[in-house]
Amino acid sequence: MNHSSMWEAVSGIVKRDLLLAMRRRSDAAMSVFFLVIVASLFPLGVGPEPAVLRTIGPGVLWVAALLACLLSLSRVFTADYVDGALEQMVLVPQPLAVLVAGKVFAHWLISGLPVVLLSPLLGLQFGLDGEPLGVLALSLLLGTPTLSMIGAIGAALVLGVRGSGLLVALLVLPLYVPVLIFGAGAVTGSMAGVGGEANLSLLGASLVLSLFLAPWATAAAIRIALE
Amino acid sequence: MQWGSASEFFAMGGYGLYVWTSFIATALCMGWEVLALWRRRAAARAEQRAGLLGDTDETTA
Amino acid sequence: MNWSKYSAPQAFYPLAGRLIPWFAIVAVALMGVGLYMGFFVAPTDFQQGESYRIIFVHVPAAWMSMFLYVVMAIWAGVGMGLNARLSFMMAQAIAPTGAMFTFLALLTGAMWGKPTWGAWWVWDARLTSELILLFQYAGVMLLRTSIDDMRRADRSSAVFALVGVVNVPIIYFSVQWWNTLHQGASVSMSTGSKMAATMLMAMLIMTVAFWLYSIAVVLARVRCIVVERDSLPVWDEKPAVSQEVAEVR
Repeated sequence: MNHSSMWEAVSGIVKRDLLLAMRRRSDAAMSVFFLVIVASLFPLGVGPEPAVLRTIGPGVLWVAALLACLLSLSRVFTADYVDGALEQMVLVPQPLAVLVAGKVFAHWLISGLPVVLLSPLLGLQFGLDGEPLGVLALSLLLGTPTLSMIGAIGAALVLGVRGSGLLVALLVLPLYVPVLIFGAGAVTGSMAGVGGEANLSLLGASLVLSLFLAPWATAAAIRIALE
Repeated sequence: MQWGSASEFFAMGGYGLYVWTSFIATALCMGWEVLALWRRRAAARAEQRAGLLGDTDETTA
Repeated sequence: MNWSKYSAPQAFYPLAGRLIPWFAIVAVALMGVGLYMGFFVAPTDFQQGESYRIIFVHVPAAWMSMFLYVVMAIWAGVGMGLNARLSFMMAQAIAPTGAMFTFLALLTGAMWGKPTWGAWWVWDARLTSELILLFQYAGVMLLRTSIDDMRRADRSSAVFALVGVVNVPIIYFSVQWWNTLHQGASVSMSTGSKMAATMLMAMLIMTVAFWLYSIAVVLARVRCIVVERDSLPVWDEKPAVSQEVAEVR
């Protein structure tokens, strides 16, 4: 396998997807706006009492980030599936799993990274400060790529299926639960004084696991969808 | 036999509700599964026979 | 003996039909023995009183829920690897039974938890991952019903089943990894068990009974699936049908 050509192919895909996203800036902005809106709904619904907000903050922010990722999944493969670019990707000599990893990485840069960068601001809204804020950002930095990787499997499985929006949510949300538990647990652990290291390492392990396994499953699902 | 009487058996030391709900739910689920399979088998074979005898709604063989 | 001929649905169909009654009869017999032992031989528990007797359905159901998922995933993998229709049909046949046992494990677990811990439900590692298992079964079944093309439905369902197999060791080992409410393993292979011998025996007998029941039910369901998919040739094992066909022709 020619490694330089593989690297070229992947970086080519990443650049292409980023360029397409730049031309339609709304995609990146949508995830951010969604996060802000959902995070704002909770103080409005639950009441502004600081102690309550601090308690629910980590969970709410994590669930909002998770839902933002879920909603963005419809954009990972659909455009390429519709215009035939996905079929081209299956036909090139480079392994599809590697190309898929590149696409999901680009997707995370557009939809996931803004969430990570915005999270400390939203954390302040919930009365988080100091170390917990850092742990929140770090947990999302480790967690959102994992969510994108796992979500891509679901997105590929339902390509072109009717009712796919709801179906992908039902498929993917159960798989998201461990990441959510580790992520929110890291922040609450930090707030409780026991530190977030244990949960953060579990998040790191999940990320590594998903990076190695998810692209293969996604590639298999894409091939099945294109048959 | 360790139960003094039938009523002691059904009471299960005060936990009767929990114990019997569990066992009855299990029995009901298994029974329903078997029944549903029996009906599914009958329906599938009826469809198959109808298809073979040519009296389904399909226009192609 | 040439087993590979049974990989064709039409050859497997009569074989399964002959096996089902045996598995069913032994399953029912073992359930009778297990229930008798569980209610009339096993003594009252020192700490939990009579409520512990729920383990005679709860533990077998929980073990079946995990075991059936793994078997389903194996059939899914074999189907993907060998491109064999019957393997996908077996995976399809297992899912509903596995889901049923997962539901029962959760229900009977709640029935046991309420008197023992005072709560119908706790969000500890084992209960949460068992609940996720139920959703995974649902996902496997939903993928199949949502996709019209049979081949794509088979394979998508298989991929999803294989992806989710990661959860099963989490359920099993969660009580060791996380020190939470659900009690640690009281049956282990190496150190012998901490349960009274009669309790253990009854529980194991019920587990085997549930396993044989599962085999019988899954074989019956796969026969239905074979017929529904038109994978059976014209000549059924019942001569009456072929007679009618001959008359019509």
